[in-house]
Formats: sequence, structure tokens, C-alpha cells
Amino acid sequence: MNIFNLLRIAYRALLRNKLRAFLTMLGIIIGVASVIAMVAIGQGSKQSIHDQLSNMGTNMLTVQPASNVNGGVRIAGSSFQTLTIKDITALKANTQYISEISPSVTSRGQAINGPLNWPTSMSGVSPEYLDIRKLTLKDGIVFTQNDVLTSAKVCLIGQTVIDNIFPNGENPIGKIIRFGHIPFQIIGVLAPKGFNAFGQDQDDILIAPYTTVQKRILATIYYSNIYASATSEAVTDQAVAEITQVLRDSHRLRDTEDNDFTVRTQQELIATLSSTSGLLTVLLTVVAGISLVIGGIGIMNIMYVSVTERTKEIGLRMSIGARGKDIMLQFLMEAILISITGGVIGVMVGFLSTWIVTLTLGWPTIISQSSVLLSFFVCAITGIFFGYYPAQKASRLDPIEALRYE
Amino acid sequence: MSKKKAVEIKDLKREFQMGSEIVRALKGISFEVEQGEFVTIMGSSGSGKTTLLNILGCLDKPTIGNYFLDGVDIKQLNRDELAQLRNHKIGFVFQSYNLLARTSALENVELPLLYNKDISVSERRERAIHALEAVKLADRFDHMPNQLSGGQQQRVAIARALVNEPVMILADEATGNLDSRTSYEIMALMQELNSKQGKTIVFVTHEPDIAVFSSRTIQLRDGMIQKDTKNQDQKSAKDVLAALPVTDDYNTSQ
Repeated sequence: MNIFNLLRIAYRALLRNKLRAFLTMLGIIIGVASVIAMVAIGQGSKQSIHDQLSNMGTNMLTVQPASNVNGGVRIAGSSFQTLTIKDITALKANTQYISEISPSVTSRGQAINGPLNWPTSMSGVSPEYLDIRKLTLKDGIVFTQNDVLTSAKVCLIGQTVIDNIFPNGENPIGKIIRFGHIPFQIIGVLAPKGFNAFGQDQDDILIAPYTTVQKRILATIYYSNIYASATSEAVTDQAVAEITQVLRDSHRLRDTEDNDFTVRTQQELIATLSSTSGLLTVLLTVVAGISLVIGGIGIMNIMYVSVTERTKEIGLRMSIGARGKDIMLQFLMEAILISITGGVIGVMVGFLSTWIVTLTLGWPTIISQSSVLLSFFVCAITGIFFGYYPAQKASRLDPIEALRYE
Repeated sequence: MSKKKAVEIKDLKREFQMGSEIVRALKGISFEVEQGEFVTIMGSSGSGKTTLLNILGCLDKPTIGNYFLDGVDIKQLNRDELAQLRNHKIGFVFQSYNLLARTSALENVELPLLYNKDISVSERRERAIHALEAVKLADRFDHMPNQLSGGQQQRVAIARALVNEPVMILADEATGNLDSRTSYEIMALMQELNSKQGKTIVFVTHEPDIAVFSSRTIQLRDGMIQKDTKNQDQKSAKDVLAALPVTDDYNTSQ
């Protein structure tokens, strides 16, 4: 019997039980559609996290003081003060993969404008910081290297702070506010950046020269962080190695000693977050995979019922010349037809539901080719695997008994 | 007479193992059926009739003895080869018609040819139409079995048995589910196929009034042939039918 006859026989048999064939398919349809939709949602969120981080500057490097051993006692990194102007000078002089560098100190306090005040934090940085963090000004100017040298009392202001201490929409440029006890003149307004991936408000900030914050507010010579830009994203690893070597030399660490700082790249962050959402994708895929298997068991169940119900038909087909192989292929073909048709419909439903999710919930989604191919492939395998045993059962029936079956 | 033998059965025995007991269904029977004969096999239940039918239909094999169908020794064949043999040489007609539900008459008749890979799509259709015309159902091609009367369904089944041009048509109580008028119609059709087209027919039944339409009757009893007689006065089913009031269901003047 050739393949076309086989297809014809299987197709007609399915048409004779349209509703049942459809209900059986439903398991597969839901399975395939959920694989596609869930993977699309997982991939979409992964991509959006990546995009968000790229916006923060993917070639950005952060140096932080790290925990170290002092007389046998390990000390927390944040309380450790190791980064100084000496490190900045050394880094500027001895690196080739670093384009820009800025120290950073932070102080929390109240921003005060007349009767209004708002708790915020002030970052003391150098002008390069804006480039490194991909910050831009909406209005006004950035403080200069000269302001850094003179510890000038000037600052840039973020939108959230403006909203709270200039609630009536007046132009803050040129106004004097106080941060704690120190008066600052506002010379620039930062373009709003919104919340970052961790839910921090990036606009709730004041930015001033680091010397100002160090000398006038904190009275310290240490930095809490150093920010740097690698010349490109591709050389981040070399830049990290360079910084590590320069800082070890500068801190006079012996070979046996651990680093008293850590250099973090955004890649690590991206990798961490990607692996988190990668885990999400795996999880969703497993759930969807389970529903595919359940769909397959549905096929198996129905095929068993179908074989029993059609025992007499099988007997007839055998008596008029169908070999065991023909019967087996017929039932196998029916199972495959169900699963493949279900797969095709499932792919369409998957695309549709993904589209609806994007449209109604605004979630970013990416339909990956591999998920479509994979679920389709799994479908066909499911059909063959779960169709095989019922088909084999059918093919082994004794024609005499099958004909007499009531 | 040098007619070719359709069926040759020599000292055929069939035994079944039922638990520890051996049941001897057929205890050594021999007969031959020549091509073009119309034979009825009669017998009450338990006579071995069904066992003989299964063997004649190549659904079962004898325990001892030989069965040659159109010169082929079925003992030598395996399951698949027997299926092929049934496909090429036997046309079954069953008591309960065994048509595929929700499948048109034409497609039901095409069914045996679907399992014959030497036959093209167009030839299959042509032969199915031809077979349906032979049983006078030319106007019912597209009807589903549930749109046909019992007699019409059985005629579709006969067309299905004819379509592969078998050596022998094997009918199993083919009139058992029909009223007497329709039974006579079916017998008239069988007789016509036998006399006009020279089809060999083996008709298994337990009704004596059906047997009178055949040319020869084999009577089975307790697994043995009790009687094997030529019918001297073979009745014409057409004549019997003509004696009954006329209906439109089957027009005998065709």
C-alpha cells in the first residue's frame, strides 16, 4: 500500500470522527501554543533586560572596596577605605583599555529649598561620570574640571528632586538650594532616566564635583567607588585585568594577598540577569513540555479507544487483504495526522496568543525559530511514540475474532 | 470435464486446544469446487461450518490436510501472504454487511483495491463503478450505508466482493439479516453473477430454502461431510421473486 492510500484512509477515518479528532488535537494545540508563547515571553524579557543594561553603558566598570583580612578578621567591603586619588592617578597613567575614569563618593541627606525638603543622595564625581553612566542634561551645563579643583558648590539635579522641591514648575537653573547645611547652586538638570532594572529611581539624585562632597560634606580622602569606561565592550576583560594589576601595584599587595577591591563589569550583571531569565525560560519550557506529553497521552488514550471501537472494521480490512503492517501504518498515520495537524494549529495559536500578550499587556516577546521547530518536532515524535502501541495492538488482532467482535 | 479447480480440499482436519481438551472441529473432509460452481455449505451450529468457512476464507489454516485455493497451497503462506491471497482471490460477503460507516458506497467498494498496490487511482475508481453497476446500484454511488436499505447495503458488500475479481465469492449467511423478499433478491443477484459472469460462489448458510438456489449442497455434521449432492432442480430466485408482489426496491426486469 502506498503512502497516498495510507494518508487517504487515515484522513477519512479522522473525518468520520471530527469532534473526537479535534478534542484529541486540543491537547497538542495547547501544548505547542504554550511552548511557543512561553518561550517568546521568556526570550522577550531576557532581551529587554539586556537592552536596559546596555542603556546603562555596557562597557562600564565599577571598582569597589572589597572585604579583606585585617589581622585575621574579615572586614566588610563597604566599611573598607582603600580607593584614593593615588589610584585614579595610577589608573590614568598606566592603562590603555580605559577611556574615561571617575571617582565617586556618596552622601545621603536632605535637599532643601526654602520650606520644602526632600531626602536624597548626592554623588560626588568628576565630569566624565556623565559619559560613563550615559547620563545627559536636559538643561543647563555640566560642572568643569575647574569646579572640581576649586571644590565649587555647584550641582546637577535629577527630575524627582525637582518635582519635590520645585513643585510649581519654576526653572531650577541658577537657584540656590541647600544639601544639609551647604548651599549649592543648580547649574544643570539631568534628563530623566526613570527606574532601573532593580527598581531604583535613577532621577532621585544630586550630582556635584567629588572634591566638594569629599571636603565640604564627608571630610574624607577616600572614594566609595571608581567608575571607568572600557574603550569598547569587547575589551572589557582586558580592562578588568589592567585595573586589577594597577590597583594591586598601587595598594602594594603581595602575591599571596587577596585583592582588597572588586572590579565589576556590566557583563557579569547581564549574565546574572540573563541566567535568571534563562532559568525562567527553562522553567516555562518544562511546563509547556509537560503539557505536550499530556497531549500525547491523550492521543494514546483515544487511539486505544479507537482501536477497540473499530475492532470489527480492522477485522474487515484484514479479511479483504490488509496486512498487519497496513493496519499498523493506518493507525500510526492517524496518530501522526492528529499530532501534526494539532502542531500546525498550535503554532498558529502560539503566534496569535504571543501577539495578544504583547498587544494587551505590553510585554516584550520574541518568537524564537528554535521553539517553533522544536515543538513541531516534538509533536511529530509524540504522535509516533504514543500512536505506536495502539497501532501495534490493532495490527496483531486475529481477523477471525475481530470480525466476530461486537 | 477439464474445468479448473477453484478449491481443492484433501483430508482436512482442524483441531483447537481448549485448555487441556482438544476440540476436533473438522474431522477429515475432502471436496473440490470447480470454477463456475454455486455451492452451498449447510450445517447446524457445531457442525464445523464456521471453521470450514474461516479456512476457505484463508483466515485460518488446517491442522492436518491440504487446502489449495486456485492451485495455491495455503499451508506454505505466512500471515501477510495470506492477507495478499485474500486480497487477490477471495471476495467476502458477511451476514452483517460490514460496510464502513460514514463512508460512501463507492469508497466502500474501492476498499479492497486500496490494499492492492498494483492498481492505479483511476483504475480503482473505474472498477468500483463497474462493480456497483453490476449489482444495480449505479445511482447510489454517493450514499452512505445508513442511507441505504439492508438489501442495498448487502449489494454494496457484494460489489465490494466483486471488485478485486476474485476466484471465489465466499458468502457467510449473507441473507441472514434480510427479510425473505430481500433474501430472494440477493439470491437472484448471486445466481445472475454465477450464470452470466461465471463467478464461483460458496455460500454458507443454515437455511434450507436458500440452498435450493445453488447447484450443489454440501451438508456438514459433526465435523464430517454428511451429504454432497448436486441440485437436480435448481430453483430460479427470479421466478420465486416474480411470484411475490412487485416492489421498487429491486427491479427484476432489468
